[in-house]
Amino acid sequence: MIDDRVKTRTTVTPSKAGARNGLHGGSIPRLPRTAGIAAARNLRNLEIGSRKRALEIFRVEKCPARGGITISKGLAAAAFLCALPSPAFAMHISEGILPISWAVLWYAVALPFVAWGLRDLRRRSEETPWFKPLVGLVGAAVFLISCMPIPVPSAGTCSHPSGTGIAAILIGPGLTTVVASIALTLQALFLAHGGITTLGANIVSMGVAGAWVGWGVFTAARRLGLPWFAAAFLAGMFSDWATYATTSLELAAALHGDGSFTTMFSLILLAFVPTQLPLGILEGFLCAGVLKFIRNRRPELLRTVPAGGAA
Amino acid sequence: MKKWIPILIFAGILLSGPMSTSGRAASWSGVDETVIEKFAEKAGRPAREPFINTDQGDLLLFVFLLAGAVGGFAAGYWFRVLFPPRRKNADGSTVS
Repeated sequence: MIDDRVKTRTTVTPSKAGARNGLHGGSIPRLPRTAGIAAARNLRNLEIGSRKRALEIFRVEKCPARGGITISKGLAAAAFLCALPSPAFAMHISEGILPISWAVLWYAVALPFVAWGLRDLRRRSEETPWFKPLVGLVGAAVFLISCMPIPVPSAGTCSHPSGTGIAAILIGPGLTTVVASIALTLQALFLAHGGITTLGANIVSMGVAGAWVGWGVFTAARRLGLPWFAAAFLAGMFSDWATYATTSLELAAALHGDGSFTTMFSLILLAFVPTQLPLGILEGFLCAGVLKFIRNRRPELLRTVPAGGAA
Repeated sequence: MKKWIPILIFAGILLSGPMSTSGRAASWSGVDETVIEKFAEKAGRPAREPFINTDQGDLLLFVFLLAGAVGGFAAGYWFRVLFPPRRKNADGSTVS
């Protein structure tokens, strides 16, 4: 609600052999021990090399000074991940990556959300005269934001925010699915981003998961009494992370083969961390900044905010 | 000055990428292709060419420019509809 009333220390070092094998494009991050093991297991499951080869990629070294892995050390490792160059992922799944059965399934999952969003547009446009311009503005913004590559120094690659967190706050998760679908279709058709066969999966990750998580986090945060700025920040951040987590799930489900789904999912999710951890925080600030601007300039636009209430 | 701080931070993030030490070793390629496709290849599902392949030479730059211009125009148009410029009254106060 936009309402003032509710106010052994073990590390894993990438070896040159790993770089030579090209699994991480030659720049491999320093990872926590569990990550190295997960990577090794997954590589075995994928049948792309022996365990020996996997351990060559993430050679385990023991540091004698300290032992055990604590939460603080885990957090320090996560922070460290952000400070080292490593290639990463983005949310768009390219053409042909998903088998046809999975492509059809994700289309089937996405379609009811799109239909519900379209019905929502008709209903809310009749109630509120300025709602269509707002949807137009948000749609254009989602399109631009989701094809805007941002260089992430900590990862050495470019990735993009999704913009669905702020969209879900402003126009609702149903309509966010619609505008994300349009943006993703245009990108798949003309910008060589994503694909037609993978469009359903991309809609589910960005348009459905990103939107609903953003909306849910914002609503929950406001009901818990958090200030709107903090709620918007959390919504933007978690919507970004949810998008990439769902992409990991989609990829792992389709590509794990005979190997473990959980391992594959964890591995992909972990690979997202160096890029999406900082980018999610950036998206959180973007979301909060946009909401702050609207609240200052035209607070009446926030009357239809899904979390309810006037600014 | 306060409102410029987030803009400066954002610009700093953008610029620090290509200027950083890690940037010299990095490829700055789009993350879509860097690893999703790499994983897919390992699993025997390489990405194939898009149905309309604009990723040829500078054609992709052109379509991105076009998309940016059209998207920017649409965003600007609706922004002006929703947030008309503020007018100054005779007494110096502003109204939307």
